[in-house]
Amino acid sequence: MKEFIIKEFKQIFRDYRTMTILFGIPIAQVLLFGFALTLDLKNVHFAVLDKAKDEHSRKIIDKIDASDYFILDRYLSSSDEIEAVFKEGIVKEVIVFEPDFSQKLTKENNAQLQIIADASDPNVANMLVNYSQAIITNYQQNLFADNPMAQMAAPEPMFKYNPALKSVYMFVPGIITVILLLVSTMMTSISIAREKELGTMEILLVSPIKPIQIIVGKVIPYMLLSFINFIIILILSFLVFDMPSSGNMPLLLAETFLYIFMSLALGIFISTVSSSQQTAMMLSMFALLLPTILLSGFIFPIKNMPDILMWISHIMPSKWFIIIIKSIMLKGAGLMDVWFETLIILAQTLFFIGLSIKKFKIRLT
Amino acid sequence: MRTIKFIIEKEFKQIFRNKMMLPIIFVMPIIQLLILSYAATFEIKNVSLGVIDMDQSNSSRELVHKFSASPFFNIEAQDFDMKKLELQMKRGDLEQIIYINTGFEEQLRAGEGPQLQIITDAINGSAANLMSYYASAIIMDFNKNILLQTQPMLATGLGISTPYQFWYNAELDYKKYMVPGILVLLVTMIGAFLSGMNIVREKELGTIEQLNVTPIKKHQFIIGKLMPFWIIAMFDLVLGMLLAYFVFDIQIVGSVGLVFAVASIYLLAVLGLGLFISTITNTQQQAMFIAWFFMVIFIMLSGLFTPIESMPDWAQLINVFNPITYFIGFMRQLMLKGSGLMDVWRDVLGIGIYAVSILLLATTRYRKTS
Repeated sequence: MKEFIIKEFKQIFRDYRTMTILFGIPIAQVLLFGFALTLDLKNVHFAVLDKAKDEHSRKIIDKIDASDYFILDRYLSSSDEIEAVFKEGIVKEVIVFEPDFSQKLTKENNAQLQIIADASDPNVANMLVNYSQAIITNYQQNLFADNPMAQMAAPEPMFKYNPALKSVYMFVPGIITVILLLVSTMMTSISIAREKELGTMEILLVSPIKPIQIIVGKVIPYMLLSFINFIIILILSFLVFDMPSSGNMPLLLAETFLYIFMSLALGIFISTVSSSQQTAMMLSMFALLLPTILLSGFIFPIKNMPDILMWISHIMPSKWFIIIIKSIMLKGAGLMDVWFETLIILAQTLFFIGLSIKKFKIRLT
Repeated sequence: MRTIKFIIEKEFKQIFRNKMMLPIIFVMPIIQLLILSYAATFEIKNVSLGVIDMDQSNSSRELVHKFSASPFFNIEAQDFDMKKLELQMKRGDLEQIIYINTGFEEQLRAGEGPQLQIITDAINGSAANLMSYYASAIIMDFNKNILLQTQPMLATGLGISTPYQFWYNAELDYKKYMVPGILVLLVTMIGAFLSGMNIVREKELGTIEQLNVTPIKKHQFIIGKLMPFWIIAMFDLVLGMLLAYFVFDIQIVGSVGLVFAVASIYLLAVLGLGLFISTITNTQQQAMFIAWFFMVIFIMLSGLFTPIESMPDWAQLINVFNPITYFIGFMRQLMLKGSGLMDVWRDVLGIGIYAVSILLLATTRYRKTS
């Protein structure tokens, strides 16, 4: 048994290229996505159709341009150009001032400014309209010193757990979850499928080693590798991304250990149903990649999905782990807050192990 | 020509012989497209709201009623104990808490501008920002109503009104935006993974030697290896487009001919990338990890999920080498907005250059003698 684990370790570490990939990829990905991915808007190009060209229209344009969200791309001269400028795809919003804008605003206190957004990306369009309206409302309030609104109820927003509204707080836990699941699942499923494809599995099976020992021997090295990977990513998220480290660390490590174990069990299960490395890869990558990203709450909030998808998301282990990791790291939760999620991952682990053992035995007969 | 035909025949036989692969290639993408397109939505509705109304006055009740009447908010908890609601937020049951302090109505009457605390779970920063906007908008609306009642003189003028229009997708239907993108991803993954593991598999099993001793020329070999996957990927793409049309009601506004012309070049680029990976690796495991590495980076940076404009400059530079970015941009522009070749020529040029260079690279890297 010990010799078998040593053999596995040797086989993995001998292949320098794979080793570099195993450690290099997750680190590179966390760094890349931690810095590059954000759902917030920055530097969105907008165009202006200014039929007024007067004091207030100019001031409003300057104010919008000065915000971090927007960059003034160009002025349009007629409404026919709106369609053309949207089709080019760079300008995402057009603001139209009606003629005599300033006069109508100061004399009649009733001026119109139309916002047209390219809603082919609905999320961006929605945010753009909200941001523009907020800028204009703000401009208007500063305009009148004796604004009656100042005497009314004033919302005082407070953002909990992430006061600076950083996107990394959402993306880093998500990336950790996706990478751990995919790497662990792929590594085990492929390495077992490889022994089958190259015919070395037969040799192992006729040896006195028990099937369960073969599996355990296969899993232990990868478990260690994944765990080291997690520690590196965790240190990176503290040092590079300033994630709060106030949470319960032993609990986080224990939960991660369980999650990695679950991923490896899933990998073993995949390898028992696939006969070649290619099949194992397509199953563990193609079948898992997008569902893990989309149905786990990594990017898209689950509660807004249709009911059927909410049900499907319940069977995604990644969904539960993201909740756990966010709760512990960002909200300072303890085991009492996440016991339910933990129990589900535990049940999934047992399920995959049970299924694999059953499948593995069938193969032997 | 005959030689190429034989290689293609061999490849097809090999692919179709593996009974596990057929559903993976043809059924899985369809199921994923159908299911995942519904999952990809940023829409914010039914925000779980907790309310603490310490004032218990007519005004505060009216404000709470305004929240419960809004389609964006669901009042899930009403209490006087902040600690209790905060605990619920920690567990993830509440997303937002509104705190109305005692004396709200009095201060409002006296024109002292009472503060209303809106606490938002901000782990998802951009969603929190929007939720906070929505809550503020409701409070503003509440203010306006009161103004109209108490000081109708002041409230007659509306100031600046800002009507808005959403073009190309008036209902803000996320599926229209996501379906073309997810379809591109699925087709890309099938093409790149299948071709990426193909030559290296022959290397690993030793069958490449047998091919190397035959009089097959380099380019014949590459073409013979590419064609089957090209056909499979193209078939999946057409299938996906039909689904988009019949299930999601997405009509291609632009030129259908242009879509398929560019798609066929794009697939060459993707398959070329797979073949290139295949030639520089020795085992399927290596090939797979490298393919996975690039695929995940390309997917996440492609602008499918997060806006490209918001990425830092260096990430946008990486995107210059990302074929998926070009093609997703192209597909969305053409399918949703009906842009013409003149609007998207940059994307088309990018795909073209990519295809040519990666195929040249793959052909030169493949050596018949080791």
